Formats: sequence, structure tokens, C-alpha cells
Amino acid sequence: MSETLPIHQALGMTDDEYADVCDILNRPPTEAELAMYSVMWSEHCSYKSSRAFLGRFPTSAPWVVVGPGENAGVVDLGDGWLAALRIESHNHPSFVEPYQGAATGVGGILRDIFTMGARPIALWDQIRFGPLDDPHNRYLLAGVVAGVAGYGNAVGVPTVGGEVAFEECYSGNPLVNVMCLGIMRKEQLVLGTAGTPGTIAVLLGSSTGRDGIGGASVLASASFDAGSDTKRPTVQVGDPFEEKKLIEACLELYDRALVVGVQDLGAAGLSCATSEPAARAGTGMDVDLGRVHVREAGMSAAELLMSESQERMMAFVDPANVEAVLAVATKWEIDASVVGTVTAGDTLRISYNDRVVAEMPAASLSEAAPILRRDSAQPDWLEGLWADTLEYRETPDITSCLLEVLADPSIGDPSWVYEQYDHQLFLNTIVGPGENGSLLRIKGTEKALAVSTDGNGRQCYLDPQRGGANLVWEAALNVAMLGAKPMAVVDNLNFGNPEKPEVMWQFIETVEGMSLACEALGVPVVGGNVSFYNETDEVDIYPTPIVGMLGLADPAPRSVPRLDSAEEGMSIWMFGPQDSRNLAGSAFEKIIKGHVGGRPTSSNPTIGKAVIELAIALAQQELVPVMHDISDGGVAVTLSEVCIASQVGAHVAYSSWAGLFAEAPHGFIAAVPDNHAAAIRAIADDLGVPLNELGTFGGDHISFDDTRGGVTSIPLSEAGVAWSGAIRSRMG
Amino acid sequence: MKTAVVVFPGSNCEHDVVYALETLGGSADLVWHRDTDLSGYDSVVLPGGFAHGDYLRTGAIARFSPVMAEVNRLAASGAPVLGICNGFQILCEAGLLPGVLLQNRDLKFICKPIHLRVESTNSILTRAAQVGDVLEIPLNSYEGNFTAAPSELASLESAGRVPLRYSDASGNIDATNNPNGSTNNIAAVSNGNVAGIMPHPERAIELILGSADGRILLESFLESKVSSHV
Repeated sequence: MSETLPIHQALGMTDDEYADVCDILNRPPTEAELAMYSVMWSEHCSYKSSRAFLGRFPTSAPWVVVGPGENAGVVDLGDGWLAALRIESHNHPSFVEPYQGAATGVGGILRDIFTMGARPIALWDQIRFGPLDDPHNRYLLAGVVAGVAGYGNAVGVPTVGGEVAFEECYSGNPLVNVMCLGIMRKEQLVLGTAGTPGTIAVLLGSSTGRDGIGGASVLASASFDAGSDTKRPTVQVGDPFEEKKLIEACLELYDRALVVGVQDLGAAGLSCATSEPAARAGTGMDVDLGRVHVREAGMSAAELLMSESQERMMAFVDPANVEAVLAVATKWEIDASVVGTVTAGDTLRISYNDRVVAEMPAASLSEAAPILRRDSAQPDWLEGLWADTLEYRETPDITSCLLEVLADPSIGDPSWVYEQYDHQLFLNTIVGPGENGSLLRIKGTEKALAVSTDGNGRQCYLDPQRGGANLVWEAALNVAMLGAKPMAVVDNLNFGNPEKPEVMWQFIETVEGMSLACEALGVPVVGGNVSFYNETDEVDIYPTPIVGMLGLADPAPRSVPRLDSAEEGMSIWMFGPQDSRNLAGSAFEKIIKGHVGGRPTSSNPTIGKAVIELAIALAQQELVPVMHDISDGGVAVTLSEVCIASQVGAHVAYSSWAGLFAEAPHGFIAAVPDNHAAAIRAIADDLGVPLNELGTFGGDHISFDDTRGGVTSIPLSEAGVAWSGAIRSRMG
Repeated sequence: MKTAVVVFPGSNCEHDVVYALETLGGSADLVWHRDTDLSGYDSVVLPGGFAHGDYLRTGAIARFSPVMAEVNRLAASGAPVLGICNGFQILCEAGLLPGVLLQNRDLKFICKPIHLRVESTNSILTRAAQVGDVLEIPLNSYEGNFTAAPSELASLESAGRVPLRYSDASGNIDATNNPNGSTNNIAAVSNGNVAGIMPHPERAIELILGSADGRILLESFLESKVSSHV
């Protein structure tokens, strides 16, 4: 910490915020109090720049049990089953120390889920880096993937899907977002409440040390510069073994109804895990830091309160059950300490060595955090960017373009990543990584849960409102193609420096676009995370929202469409808008022309909803063995991926080469068996979904016939080599 | 036959193994690693996972768990004892099987379906299979690279105690279809009534999850009787 700054500034607080704290307390804060306010009011914990705008999201639906504001969203799946879901980012820690940054991101999101009473059943990782020709980006990718694998595999929760993408803007600031899904019986739901006065606070799990002080809360709440690697010691170190034991212990506590509330210790550590549950319960709490089990002697009160040591949970327990809770901890070989008592009133009182070191209204740490309405303004460069479209006088060489796009690491085979993740544990994974989305059965029921996570920074950069909406539509279509009805969204909003008006404008526009699409779909947002300050040396990342869509298939189709199920002789039909030639923001223009400009195509809620209904019907009635959405790379890539997975060629006709690479929303292709063609056409007509018969699967080439003459024919094997080497050939 | 599925702190495949055994008509209970009485059981599975975190050599701490005295006793009594993945590593550390599982050749975790060829039916894993059968079973490990001292290898090979090897879909066994660098493509090892396998047969018992080829291995285990001469 700098010696020249006042201590509140060194802790990242503004003078105004310091004055607010003095007002709340009617006196200057103690060192411990200042530490608590500084972490709780940090951007990461308080959402102070975003909170005013997040209220735009639609958050209610009859099936929402717990909406935003708790540790995770919870929705009702029927028949007594609930699902808990949440997404979190660990961008800055992963840049500073990729393995531990990613690993502890996994640990944190798991705790958000089992805090609610649910057993975590699956993870998805959404990761973005700078181009792989830079060795540092290869180091970051390898480290992040090893970290997700090292933690997720060992803690015993499968990573069943996600997305990896590469773009220059992520070179100094990779994105590591992880989503987790858990399931539980209705009676197991636990909230982050302190309960009633007299309830005992029991700290479970790892000991508290000096690691990660201010890690997520401060590291994630400031921008990066050349000195960022000196922040490495602020990154926490994960211990998946401790977390595994903590999961099992907590699940046993819930099974035996031994707790009234639970709060995990993540960012802001004990400061958060004491103040938030008390604020939610409308109570106070007395906490004795001297009873916290510690990793090293001589820690100050401020250090104990700010520590982000991982794998810790605070359980709130009726006094009559304390012995039983401690016995469960002993059985699972985790440490436990009785550290506090819930009190009447609203005062959080922290003592240490028989001295009160902090005393404040509990709710002032969370609910009195500042809400900023930062300036926003449309970037002055935006209209110029929209006008910056390429003109094509000649048809490009389709073969070389397609092979180059397929070989791009953002498009090609991601198996180098997902084969390092256990994606099968628990025997639920009906559809795993490498498909449109994931489908997980709930054993003992007819139900299955579909999840798709999607992001597209380039489109959101060109038009954040359209990009944000398109993402929600894409994710919804992905779960629909698995036979599931979209039911809830969690989002991770990764943006640049909110102190810049154009970044705030991008943020507000993105939220608007996502909200419009969610409203049209009737799908609520049940939770999310905001990550600001994703900039390095004053260059912001593309606005990069990540959408995690949960869908429910009930019953699950017995035979689920998969990319590898196309067969010789099946027809290839394209559903949805047919006439798009817009290459703005497309993978084609980025990869082939190095160009990012123009304005992406906007979504159309009427068509969008009809397409989703059609996809659900086709999957549920088991009419098509393959469906695949048209997204990155356009229909040419979509079709190639099916051909490569199914090991069968294709022959299709096209009237506009640009239509092969355009990325309009709401489109998908399907493999249509002859005997189902009439039924499929009838459903599509009924729903008003346009369709086009593109051609037929067969042979060992992917062939494109120009309706005005000329054929492009690419050997399937060549396409396969290009696609499968996209990441593998660069990473070894 | 009642099977004890041992849960070490850090195990994570225990529920899957119980589910698979029960799906195949077996009966199984989870037993905690501190349990010191397995007298109610006539077979044992050590499931996959990361016992005690695997922060030391895999299985090196688990072999000292209290339950291992009972596992040793049951093994000595002729009861079928099967280690899957981390369980295989633990059996090697405990001396119930020869050899050791090193880090994968490419120093990366591998989770994907691979092919195994049945090499011998003289084991609790393969007694119901045919030599030459090719099975598709998921592999899921970081330390799956089997090796052993030359004398141990020679004795394993000469006694037909290698029930399964990594192969391609046609049953060819060579370096190109060796996923993790295991010596002689060894995927499973047998020692009388004790066996260890690195891939996960419990993950391949239903076609909806991709393969049902693991059934024959777990059915072999369930059909194996105490002290039967396999």
C-alpha cells in the first residue's frame, strides 16, 4: 500500500464513500471497519455501477423460487424438484495466475450452489483469450484449462460444456466465466439467512489465512497495467479436496435439517458472511474473531475480516443442534468453529482479543452501499463503425475461405479443452460437450435439464443491444434443439471500465437487448454477475455478456438430436430466416478479411419464438436425428460441423455466397429423413417458420452448387483435418 | 452377493458405482474409509476419485485408511476386490496389485471414450467376456499410465494376468491407440480375485450415455464368487 495515500484511498475507497461511512457510524471508522466497508462496497461485491440498471431485467415467472440477490437463482422443475443456477467470473485472477485463478473460480461458483441446499451436478466454462500465436496467450489457455480441470475433476463435479473463443481484445484480459447447476428436493432449499436471535454461527471448512486478502473484491474492481503481475499474491489458492469434503458435510447438514441458513465465504470473506445473512434476517450478530480457526498466528482483525481464503462456509445453527453440526464436521474431517451468535437489533459487533474492533448496522455493509448512476453516452465512433462495411466485387474462393474459417481456434474443434474435463461423472450426461448444448437427465424421473452458454463479443461491440438480444435467442434455440423449453437465464456481464461513458452505454444497451429478448421469450433472469474494469492499459475488452440458459425437457426425448447422426440420403433443410447476406461481425469477415464493422442483423421475436417452438417439437417428436444452429461461421460452418461429426458428405445449392457465411439469428439446419418430411413441413408451416431444402447428405465431399453455375467441392477429410487441428495444432 | 463400495474423503465415483451395480441386479452399500468391519460384505469396490486429495502420490495415503485392513482381509479370503481408476491406484499402492500408475504421457487429464480389447477371461472383470471382444469404455484420469518392474511385467504377461488392453475399434493394439503411455497398452491388471482397471466400466452401462459395453465387466464382477477359481 502506498504511504502517501490516505488509508481509505489505498483500500480503493473514494473520499465520498469515506464520508458516507463516517455518517453511518457518526464517527471515523476503525481500521477493521474501514477494511469491511472497503471490500463490501467494492465494485465486485456491491455492484455499485450496475445495480441501478440491473433492475431492467425481467426476473419473475411462476416457476421462480429464488430470484437475483441470493447466492444462486432457484427454479421449480415440478414434482418436488428444484434447480439452482449461477454464473461467476474470475477474469482478473486468471490473468494474474491462470491455474489458481480459474481453479478458485470453480470453487467459488460451486459454493454458491451448495449454499442453497443443492448438490452441484455440472459446470460450464466460458473462456476467452487473445490469439494463440502469442505464447503468453497459449500459457494462459493451458493454465486456465488445467485449473478448471484440476479443481472441477478433483472436487467431483463434471464440466459438461462451455465455449472457448479468441479475439485480440482479450490478450491483456482473458475472460473466465463458470456456470454451475445444482438440483435438490424442495425441502432441501436453504437460504443465506442468519435466522432468529440466539442462532449460533459456525464457521466450517478451511482455516483463515492471509491468502487472497482483497483478491476478488479489490483485484476484480480495478483496471490492469504493466505492474499487474505483482498482484499475484492476492490470488487465492484452491483446495478441491477440502471443498469436496465441505460439499458432502453441508449436504449431510441439509439432509438432516441441522441448519437454518448458510452463507459461503467468497469475496469479502467474513465481512460478507456475517453482514449479509444478518441483513437478510433483519438481525444483528456478535462475532468473536478470536474463535476463527486460523492458518497463521498474528493476523489483525482487518486481515481476518478481509481474507478470501477458500473453501469456507458459515452455517447458522439452532443452539440445540450445534453438537450435531460439529459431529458432522468431524466425520467429514473438516474444521469447525463456533464464531458468533445472532442478536436482536441490527448491530453487527465484531470483537477480537476481548476488544470490540467493529460495530455497525449489519445492513449498512450491503444495503447502504453506494449506487452510482455513472454517465453514459453512445460512443462517437459507433456510427462510423456501422458504416464501415466491406464491398465484395468478386466471389471469394469458397474452398479456401471455408477451410480457413474451420481451422480458426474460435470455430474449430474444442476437444483439446473439454477432453481435459471430467464431463461424465454422476452418469447424467446424455449430451455432453461439442454439441449445441448439454442435456443432463435427472435420474429416477422423466426429466432432463438442457443448458447452453453463449457469448459473442464481436457482435455486442458492433451493436450491444442487438448483440445482447441475439445471444439470448441463440441460447434459447440451443436448449430447444435438445427438446427443452427455455425457463431461466443467468448472465455474466463482462465489460470495460465503467468510468468511461461509452462503456456504461454499452452496458445499458446490452441489458436492454437481453431484457427485450427475455421478455419476448417469457424467460426470467434469476441471477448473474457483473465484471467491470476489464481493460488493460486503458484498452477495454469488447462488451462481452455471457448468457447461460436453462431449459427443461419433460419428458426428455428418448433419442436426442446429435451432430453425429446424419446419414447418407437424408435431406438438409434450413429453418428460419432465409435471405440474410449480412456479414457484419461475422467470423468470415474477421478471419478472412481481418475486418470488424457494419451492424449485425437484429432479432425478430415473432420468428424467434416460432423457431424455438418448432425445434422443441422436432426434438420431442423425434422427427430429426440432427439439428444444429446457424451461428459462428454461418450455414457453411454449421453444415461442415455436422458432416465432420457424422462422417458423411453433403451436396447443397446456394444463390448467394454471402448467405453461406452470414450469421443472422433464429436459423438452424436439420437432417430430414424422407419418411418424416411431410410431417416436418406441416409443423413448420403451421408455426409460420420459413424453410428451404438446401440439399442432401451423401458422398465424401462437402459440395456447394452455385445456382448460377459453378461448383465448389471440398473433400470431407480435408475439412476434418482443418477443423480438428484448430486448437490442437497450436497447443500440442 | 453384497458389495462394499468404499468412500475415501475425496472419492467421487462411489454413487455411480452403486447405481451401476444395482442397475445390473447387484446389491451395494457405501462404506466410510474409517469403517473397520466389512464382515457383512462378500466383495469390495474401491471407486474412482481423488482419495485424500491425491496431493501426494495417488493412493499413497489411502492405503493407510483404516478400512484397508478389511480390504486386505477380504482379498486374502478370496473375495472379489475391484479397483476402478483411483481405486486401481490404491490397490497398487497397497500391494494387492503389482505396478504403478504414472502421470499420462502427454501430462494432461484425459476424459474420453477409448477402446479396450479383452485379452484374457481369467479375471473377475472379464470372466463373462470373450477374448478378442472390443469394448468402448470412458477413460477419465491424469495418472493412468501403468508400468511395473520388468520382472513383474514378465510375470503378469506370462500368467495371462492382463485382462484388458487399449486398442482401436477393430481391436488393434499398438502405440497409436495407447492413450496415456501405459506399458504394453495395459488398461487392467488381475491378481486372482483382485483386479484393477483404469477406465470406468460404471460409466458405460446404458446406451443413452453412449455405451453399454461396461456391463459385461461389472456383470463378471457380480458373478464372481468368493474363493472361486477365476
